[in-house]
Amino acid sequence: MTEPPRRVAVTSPRTSAVRRPPGRSAVRALQEQDRVGELLVRSLVRAQLLLALKMLAVLVVLLGGLPLLFAVLPATRDAVVLGVRLPWLLLGGLVYPAFVVGGAVYLRLAERNERDFAELVERS
Amino acid sequence: MTWLPVAAVALVVSATVGIGVYGLRLARTTSDFLVASRTVSPLWNASAIGGEYLSAASFLGIAGLVLAYGADALWYPVGFVAGYFVLLLLVAAPLRRSGAYTVPDFAEVRLGSRPLRRLCAGVVVAIGLLYLVPQLHGAGLALRATTGSPVELGAVLVTVVVVVNVAGGGMRSATFVQAFQYWLKLTALAVPAVFLLLAWQGDGRPALAPPTPPAFSAATTVDVDADVRVVLPEPVDAVVDGERRRLEGTVELRRGSEVVFPAGAAVPHVERLTAASGLEWARPLSGAGGTDHPLYATYALVLATFLGTMGLPHVLVRFYTNPDGGAARRTTLYVLVLLGAFYLLPALYGALGRLYAPELLVTGATDAVVLQLPVAALGGTLGALLQALLVAGAFAAFLSTSSGLLVTTAGVLSQDVVGRLRGSVRGFQVATAGTGLLALALALPAARLPLTQVVGLAFAVAASTLCPLLVLGIWWRGLTPPGAAAGLLAGGGLSAAAVAGTLTGAVDGGWPGALLAQPAAWTVPTAFGVMAVVSRLTRDRVPADVGRTMLALHAPEGLGLADRSSRGSTARRT
Repeated sequence: MTEPPRRVAVTSPRTSAVRRPPGRSAVRALQEQDRVGELLVRSLVRAQLLLALKMLAVLVVLLGGLPLLFAVLPATRDAVVLGVRLPWLLLGGLVYPAFVVGGAVYLRLAERNERDFAELVERS
Repeated sequence: MTWLPVAAVALVVSATVGIGVYGLRLARTTSDFLVASRTVSPLWNASAIGGEYLSAASFLGIAGLVLAYGADALWYPVGFVAGYFVLLLLVAAPLRRSGAYTVPDFAEVRLGSRPLRRLCAGVVVAIGLLYLVPQLHGAGLALRATTGSPVELGAVLVTVVVVVNVAGGGMRSATFVQAFQYWLKLTALAVPAVFLLLAWQGDGRPALAPPTPPAFSAATTVDVDADVRVVLPEPVDAVVDGERRRLEGTVELRRGSEVVFPAGAAVPHVERLTAASGLEWARPLSGAGGTDHPLYATYALVLATFLGTMGLPHVLVRFYTNPDGGAARRTTLYVLVLLGAFYLLPALYGALGRLYAPELLVTGATDAVVLQLPVAALGGTLGALLQALLVAGAFAAFLSTSSGLLVTTAGVLSQDVVGRLRGSVRGFQVATAGTGLLALALALPAARLPLTQVVGLAFAVAASTLCPLLVLGIWWRGLTPPGAAAGLLAGGGLSAAAVAGTLTGAVDGGWPGALLAQPAAWTVPTAFGVMAVVSRLTRDRVPADVGRTMLALHAPEGLGLADRSSRGSTARRT
């Protein structure tokens, strides 16, 4: 059996973001994954994971807590706010803009983590 | 006026094929064919993702579930959007940076195992088929509800159009087609909604959640198109096939009969639905419609939709068309905006359906509520025109989701399974035709499947298999090939068994029924657990180059670090 042709991943040359060539030592450390390189990657992954988990925690508490709220405080099931029943106001309307806001916040913070990493690499 | 919906379908089909042909002229190489050569901008790409994602279940099914089950069904659209939010947090950028085109590609890049790659391919094909079947079914249902054609016709029509379009144009044309179809679907649902709200206003804003069960506001004729058993909340003097009859208790209605209910009569419900007052219907966790253990069902649904989205094959492929990881994140943010705008609408149709089209509860064909509502609430030429617009939107939904699923499923099949033609354009075309026919063969015998519930099962399978693989693969160095395989088999096996049990109706009601109908709450933790424990037990199998893979997944582009293009392709090329 012959090996199938493999896909080749091509990434953008990112001409819009030409950077000063990063310090050679950090790049080599990263590429060779020696102790320093591994530590650098670990710290980036940890920062991004921590951010994702924090955002997930907010999601779990705010949205995941709703059924529990309805179960524990039955009055909330029938409450009327602004002329609309609370569950319908939250689940049928407000939740969608909230996702967009949450997504925008995450985007900013995740890109900041990446900038910090890039600066760390470039300075060293 | 049955020609109107037919004209609407013809228009959508020819627009789809037309844009496909236009795209085809631009597609010349295998790369063009499969991923649009990655030249798609974030807004285009987000529109295409939205177009592909908003399926029959979203366009028709959610409103039907809201009509039947009330507030608890609102979790479906919330979960469909939340799934993208979770995907943004955990998967979007790293997955794009992995350079993987499909989940099997990712499995090989990350874990370097050929057998695992094939296992993933099998899971992707299974999920793709499970998701395709309700799309084809929805097409049959929509065409029958509006023109009275046999239910098979719509399914065959969609299959043929999609197979020809995908095999002919590949993903390049699919991107244009799907971006167009998002906007068509949004328009098709939003414009009639405005008229329906005006009609409701004009009727003096009758209560949407009255303290009484739904009743017929005028004498109503119900055409029974399949044998059903209905339960009458109170005895009714109805006219069955021209004969006056007193109906009470549980009554069998034969296919083809015509029942006229008098104005003011309480609406009988098909046996599997329980009649609920408007107040119960509007109240979460009330079990309105007859859901057992609503709190468990809600949480299991939340888990399936929140985590299942990232495992849907046609969703992942789209991320490859972003130029880099950052663009993948921005695209996902746009997707949240586009989906949020769309999902404001279906619940409105479901709620107004209780007022204007309660007769759907008699036959249980609640998936048709979106299509019936304009005729029922507005009538006349306006109603017919709006219905035609909705039919067009519904067909856009069937066509776009089916082609997205077909591109991916056939892509995986042609890359990993189809013998000598592997990886070629020809092989992709053969796989496309094969997948389409297989889905059609599965869809035709399946009689009356509630659209959104079948789609919900596909989410549960994805959440129990590909989600743990992606999440642990991206964030945890300790994942090993045997661990991943064991987790896929455990999660996939359990959720597939639950799907089979639900679809065949083997278990009904009570805790067993609730556990099988919404399996994610126990299959997802099992899959994660098995994957983690087996990986720990086989820790000597952690890939030696995991550090570099992690670097490629998480480091931003443009640092001059990566000969990223070689990761997982040339580096592993044998």
